[in-house]
Amino acid sequence: MRSYRFRKLENRIMISLAYVALVIALIPLASILIETISNGLSAMSFSLFFEEIPPLGQSGGGIGPAIQGTLIVVALASIMGVPIGVFSGIYLAEFRQSRIASVARFLNDVLTNVPSIVLGIFGWVLVVVAIGWSVIAGAVALAIMMIPIVTRTTEEAIKLVPVNIREAAIALGVPRWKTTLTVVLSSAKKGIATGILLAVARISGETAPLLLTILGSRFWFSGFTQPTAALPLTIFNFSQSPFRTVDLPRAWGASLILIFIVLAINIIVRYATREKYG
Amino acid sequence: MSYKIEIQSLSAWFGSKQVLQDITMKIKQNVVTAIIGPSGCGKTTLIRCLNRMHELTPRAKVTGRVLLDGEDIYGENVDPVTVRRRIGMVFQKPNPFPMMSIYDNAAAGLKLNGIADKHRLDEIVEESLRAAHLWDEVRLELGKSGASLSGGQQQRLCIARALAIEPEVILMDEPTSALDPTAAAKIEQLIRVLAEDYTVIIVTHNMQQAARVSDFTAFLYLGRLVEYGSTKDIFENPKSELTEKYITGEFG
Amino acid sequence: MNAHRKYPNFLSKFKTASRKKLSGDSAFKIIVMLIACNIFLIIGLMIFKIAQNSWLSIQTYGINFLWGTTWQPFPPNPSTPPSFGALPLIWGTLVTSAIALFLGVPISLGISLALSEFAPRSFNYVISFFVELLAAIPSVIYGLWGIIILIPFLQNNVFPYAQTVLGFLPFFQGTIRGSSVLTGGIILAIMIIPTISAISRDVFAAVPSSQREAIIALGATRWEKARIVMRYGRSGVIGAIMLGLGRAVGETMAITMVIGNSFNMFTSLFEPGSTLASIVANEFTEASSPPVYISALMEVGLILFALAIVVNASARLVIWRSTRKIKEVEMF
Repeated sequence: MRSYRFRKLENRIMISLAYVALVIALIPLASILIETISNGLSAMSFSLFFEEIPPLGQSGGGIGPAIQGTLIVVALASIMGVPIGVFSGIYLAEFRQSRIASVARFLNDVLTNVPSIVLGIFGWVLVVVAIGWSVIAGAVALAIMMIPIVTRTTEEAIKLVPVNIREAAIALGVPRWKTTLTVVLSSAKKGIATGILLAVARISGETAPLLLTILGSRFWFSGFTQPTAALPLTIFNFSQSPFRTVDLPRAWGASLILIFIVLAINIIVRYATREKYG
Repeated sequence: MSYKIEIQSLSAWFGSKQVLQDITMKIKQNVVTAIIGPSGCGKTTLIRCLNRMHELTPRAKVTGRVLLDGEDIYGENVDPVTVRRRIGMVFQKPNPFPMMSIYDNAAAGLKLNGIADKHRLDEIVEESLRAAHLWDEVRLELGKSGASLSGGQQQRLCIARALAIEPEVILMDEPTSALDPTAAAKIEQLIRVLAEDYTVIIVTHNMQQAARVSDFTAFLYLGRLVEYGSTKDIFENPKSELTEKYITGEFG
Repeated sequence: MNAHRKYPNFLSKFKTASRKKLSGDSAFKIIVMLIACNIFLIIGLMIFKIAQNSWLSIQTYGINFLWGTTWQPFPPNPSTPPSFGALPLIWGTLVTSAIALFLGVPISLGISLALSEFAPRSFNYVISFFVELLAAIPSVIYGLWGIIILIPFLQNNVFPYAQTVLGFLPFFQGTIRGSSVLTGGIILAIMIIPTISAISRDVFAAVPSSQREAIIALGATRWEKARIVMRYGRSGVIGAIMLGLGRAVGETMAITMVIGNSFNMFTSLFEPGSTLASIVANEFTEASSPPVYISALMEVGLILFALAIVVNASARLVIWRSTRKIKEVEMF
């Protein structure tokens, strides 16, 4: 029988270790945020947003095309991915018992876990081989990354709609499909929007799928079938530069903008959904 | 007086469990018919068969006929959706659409069925809310969310919503059991008034309510129709011993 | 209300509704089903296309690709054919993932226990929020931070001590480099912590309070209670760890930026290395010729894909079985 004193001591130690673990995990987070914010802020300037990207090592210029590129590619990916994701989610929620739905749900999970570089390869194989390094290729790769996320969150949101809301509409003589598209969707719209926003935040930060599809560029957008710049890619390129004094501040600046976009979306979404339980 | 609904040999199952056994009864037009019985006797299943909502449950089955003005609603080519437009339903727990305003709730059935003319909608919404005895309380706040009303008001809103699509029959599944006594009393009053224009069928586990509100009463036990007659007869002179036991509170 | 005399009944009587029953519903079902089937198309096409493009490499190198240790797209002697092999890459992927798990799992468990068993609830909300924020940070920013902050820190402050203490092991010998396998493992550990701890926290939260109450009634300390919770949720935690492993295996950018990108069967963790993902990220855009070069990279991608799927599918199986077990016990 272990003595009570020993157990108390063990208890103290273990709990302290658990809290230590917590601190250890939060240190990198704090460091990343602090470094990005402080280094990024010092790189902030008007020209950062609006000038073209200079070659490595050359001072001046900005990362305007990267911001523009990210916005365009993400928007295009969303236009492709969101409708497919939402309607797939509707199918999985409304026809849950069907065998096709079970297999589709499983495959969706599989797709969520495909390494992002493989999605880049797929984008290359599918689009770049046909039309070259292009915005469309990047958007396709990102859309494929987005679809399973949106599908899953849409399905969950619809499952949460209480049965009595459906029954109320059905009892009014509304056919099932109309009930789903009007009353049910409308009731689930907050959850669906949340899922979409989180998916957008996720793909905005992805580099690997874009690395093999849009290739990157220093110039402003010049067409959907042309390569273009994007924030994550630009950060990567600058990070590899031998001319650190010139290029690293730009990398931090771009990082600040990117992290701002991604974290802002995440924080807003989490705040908005927490209100419900508050 | 004519029979609005004739139920002929209606049986219903949940999977392999039979919940209604061979129910046959004729429901008169423009009266209030109450269906009473202990929990689990099948009364909710019965009315859900009348607007073809029972079959929505997976593995649910129905046999028999239900004639609405002489036509079987379970007929070959009948679309259940149209049945539900003629036979409306109010549920036990008030279920207004929370993301819609009071106005939109009342108009929901109309809008979803394609009526878009604002003028017409305004008129029907007002009439339905009046008919549900809710107009005076909400007329200045039609834009507020449907869920912001009290329980009793929400239920009346659901009644207005059902009335707006001009059904001929109104089914009510324990409409007051989730409400406080004052709200319940208001609804009971409303039910008596509604019977002037509609055929009302109400399920209730509250016998006193049945006695107060209905003209005819049916007593169900374990899925069988035990006795059916005028409310006065059922409560004062029940023919079956079982009925008498239930009425006097010996069980259920 | 006599309104239904006022307006003609605009809702047609059902007699005229002898149209085909539920045609709207069937059309809807078919349309959304077809859209949902996009997933079959995507996965099928992905596997097919990548396999197709790897075919050249598979044919050329056969099964030896898996244990080949050379990577020469442009051999110095022009008469020798290019040679490719994936063993150092598989080795790199496995070792970095192992380091990530070794470091990440205890920390994740510590966090999830701290949050679910030891800390007050309000604390829980706020801290979970921050831990989840870690998960939202883009990989490339981890990489940038890794290059500029983590590498110098480790190289100057941590690795030398590690070598002094653990230098008797072959893994900790040799020249210390900042861009190394060990750094890669460390950054992966940081990245998988949110995944493992979030799922573990959910698993622990699902443990019925009756279990906790039972052990507390016997006079247990908080740590002893936590041990019961861990034991109960063991399979769920294993699933969480496997999902973390899946994430580590597939991680690309951060690791490419700190691992040094050297194709070598390293023995010391202080050496640079490569992973399946990092080599594709580094070389794909430049690999225009010879054709077998891109094909070899495709094959690497295929191996990575297969590895990720196997790990993740197993993880989900484990998690699914564990939640079923918990439900079975609860039915008592």
